[in-house]
Amino acid sequence: MSSFKQYSILPGFNLALGFTLLYLSLIVLIPLSAAFIRTAELTWPEFWSIATTPRVLASYRLTFGASFAAATVNAFFGLLVAWVLVRYHFPGKKIVDALVDLPFALPTAVAGIALTALYAGNGWIGQFLEPLGIKVAFTPLGIFVALTFIGLPFVVRTVQPVLEDIETELEEAAATLGANRWQTFTRVIFPALYPALMTGFALAFARAIGEYGSVIFIAGNMPMISEITPLLIITKLEQYDYAGATALSVVMLVISFTLLLIINLLQWWSRRRSMQA
Amino acid sequence: MVEPAPQHASLRTIMTTTITFPLAGKTFRQRATQEPVWVRRSLIGLALVFLTLFLFVPLISVFYEALKKGMEVYVAAITDPDAVSAIKLTLLVAAIAVPLNLIFGIAAAWAIAKFEFRGKNLLITLIDLPFSVSPVVSGLIYVLVFGLQGWLGPWLAEHDLKIIFAVPGIVLATVFVTVPFIARELIPLMQAQGTEEEEAAVVLGASGWQTFYHVTLPNIKWGLLYGAILCNARAMGEFGAVSVVSGHIRGSTNTMPLHVEILYNEYNFAAAFAVASLLALLALVTLALKTLIEFRNKQHQKQRGLE
Amino acid sequence: MSIEVISLSKQFGTFTALHDVSLQVHSGELLALLGPSGSGKTTLLRVIAGLETADSGQVLFHGEDATDQHVRDRQVGFVFQHYALFRNMTIFQNVAFGLNVRPKKFRPSKEEIHDRVMKLLHLVQLDWLADRYPHQLSGGQRQRIALARALAVEPKVLLLDEPFGALDAKVRKELRSWLRRLHDDMHITSVFVTHDQEEALEVADRVVVMNEGRIEQVGTPDEVYDQPANPFVYEFLGNVNLFHSRLHRGRAWIGDLEVDVPEHAEAEELVAIAYVRPHEIEVERTQNGEAALAAQIVHILSVGPIVRLELVRENDKERHPVHAEISKERFRELQLTKGEKVFIKPRRLDLFPNYPQSQLKH
Repeated sequence: MSSFKQYSILPGFNLALGFTLLYLSLIVLIPLSAAFIRTAELTWPEFWSIATTPRVLASYRLTFGASFAAATVNAFFGLLVAWVLVRYHFPGKKIVDALVDLPFALPTAVAGIALTALYAGNGWIGQFLEPLGIKVAFTPLGIFVALTFIGLPFVVRTVQPVLEDIETELEEAAATLGANRWQTFTRVIFPALYPALMTGFALAFARAIGEYGSVIFIAGNMPMISEITPLLIITKLEQYDYAGATALSVVMLVISFTLLLIINLLQWWSRRRSMQA
Repeated sequence: MVEPAPQHASLRTIMTTTITFPLAGKTFRQRATQEPVWVRRSLIGLALVFLTLFLFVPLISVFYEALKKGMEVYVAAITDPDAVSAIKLTLLVAAIAVPLNLIFGIAAAWAIAKFEFRGKNLLITLIDLPFSVSPVVSGLIYVLVFGLQGWLGPWLAEHDLKIIFAVPGIVLATVFVTVPFIARELIPLMQAQGTEEEEAAVVLGASGWQTFYHVTLPNIKWGLLYGAILCNARAMGEFGAVSVVSGHIRGSTNTMPLHVEILYNEYNFAAAFAVASLLALLALVTLALKTLIEFRNKQHQKQRGLE
Repeated sequence: MSIEVISLSKQFGTFTALHDVSLQVHSGELLALLGPSGSGKTTLLRVIAGLETADSGQVLFHGEDATDQHVRDRQVGFVFQHYALFRNMTIFQNVAFGLNVRPKKFRPSKEEIHDRVMKLLHLVQLDWLADRYPHQLSGGQRQRIALARALAVEPKVLLLDEPFGALDAKVRKELRSWLRRLHDDMHITSVFVTHDQEEALEVADRVVVMNEGRIEQVGTPDEVYDQPANPFVYEFLGNVNLFHSRLHRGRAWIGDLEVDVPEHAEAEELVAIAYVRPHEIEVERTQNGEAALAAQIVHILSVGPIVRLELVRENDKERHPVHAEISKERFRELQLTKGEKVFIKPRRLDLFPNYPQSQLKH
């Protein structure tokens, strides 16, 4: 018996694992490695100069800044929505609960044009903001709005199950020990939710970094001002600057994988927390 | 970008072990640990205002904008030959991508959930990888492999085969971004179900296929359907990755989301929203089916938990 | 059909589940594998079934080597700990499964299958549940269906993994005697795993006591209970009192009490552990001129027809409790009350000289 796999009487391991590895290699691993291998054709100074031109740096700042802001807003409102959905009853709750996943299900291009129409100067929402001097569509603020939309379900859906599992006994214990509601929330409930909240935040952030479809319609896409990194990759590609596009995509891949690692660690932490509880 | 870990998490809690009995003393219990009415109402109000602004209004606006110019314009937009060919292509792409990932999901989940082997966690992470890749990058990597400048580009050109800026490229990019959906639903589900039933079947003399067909498949069919629905929604709605590899050739390599973009950029808003409304409808149907399956699982769990 | 197990060893990583285990299961007997969790009993059962492979050793069925035979070909019936009923099939379909998956040439006709399944359901007294689903059944009913399903393929050997483990006390008792009766009727060679000594002693023809991957003792229930081979078996089977004693040329001393132990005539100045079962301790109000240990009653617990006394020996500074069980009549006769001084004397004891202290539970 090999030490690679424990004995089992169930059949099909070799077939299933073989197919899985073949499929993953062909569809995911080999194409992904292409980005790294093509980038390796560049020298380090070449790579560095491509990845740090002022226009590219501006796109990083915008992408990260807007993603961070959107994820932060989502952390706050996501927690609120999860709390309200788990703890309170109100008419239409089931429908609201189901619609929270809309940003997962709605194609990003549709979200993009809808948000643009809403926040344009003559749009339903934009018409009220314009007189106040607030321009949303075709500005970085618009990017923030789009990223908030697409990141909304992440925090809600990671916090919700954890909140459902918190035993009321814990809160009752706090109450019998003399804590008021606010103290109970900040000292008992919030610490239990914290890992899940961080996971949700990281998921929303990671999604926002790579987002393209919902952003490009509302962003205005002005170099140095409202141009996100994914768009810059496409722009380079359309100018047949393959080296530039590939180098930027490697930067994005490295960031994504780092975030993936962080998310895995957070989830591991979250699971451990909830198991100890 | 990282996709729906949460849905997956909520499904897991529903489908696996946690059995919540309706607490007899719940109403009495909650009183000691509940906020004052005004706090509750304000929190509900604030949450609903936020959701209304960011979710409901955008959703409604899609349909409003689509029908603003009347039913005729709407019907004309979605029966336009280019729109029809975009719809057909979208359906075709989904019809290839979903079954492929379905087979992959079953194979991966069978290997991962029913056997113990080294490197399993690494494999699970690899399956999740496409969720964390930006859609634009997902498209680009296929250009690097199959494009004219790519590894196989010259060979493909020689043999007059076109993958990038053609349907095969669109299919590949779509398959890439939807790889994890079904596998991630099935893995935790099948792990929770364990191997005892399959072992019992084999001891009773069933062959591998008989075991899978008679024992495993019926137990995972709802998880399978759930994953397939989410996978389908993403496959039909994918924009970034497909946009990179499609070439935007009207009537030939345009999917519905790409067609929406073209119409929008041509300031043909009514038509753009008309096609978008079909995609929004797809999203709503997806959510409805998803909710239905979750509801069914909860009922099922309750029924089994209370015997 | 007889089963023979020859020096099986099995390692899970650094954990030794089976350590050179050999065992003979006679044709038609009902054998219990008894031991604490982690003792290797379930692994042994699964290796016999073919659900696991051993690292080394052999399994013979009826004298023929079955070590490399696939579980499908071993013709064993296996009852899983959590029943493993197919949740998507009715009870009838569950029991019929093993027959339905046979290749066409070996598959009985539809009518035959129906008859056989109904007969089995009748045997386990659950024919009225044929159209239900597993989740609609109680634990005890599911267990009986699991058994019927295993029997449907007419196995040569029946293997049961903790068959009553997941049931509540009352159902356990009922099912136990039911299984015993069923076995008496069918006489199929059966092996079951349990961690419950009462269950093993009550149901099995023979009991195999296992610990840390080894077999400690094999014997009839009376043998293992009355003549435990070593301290582990003693402590695992039933309550027991432990006394430290000195042993010298056929005589042992526990405190002031001197006892004849002719079987240890050769012993020279040894330290030994003495085991006495609570019901083998005699309690007297007076010493009657015989050798006895003085003790004080610290607790009295009356359970049905039996009274349990907790005592502490005089001069025992560590105050180790000594447990004694006497009948209610005897208790009334003696008119004992808490705090009183009495004399105790073991009616029977077993001595284990030089047993390493680290192996003991207390």
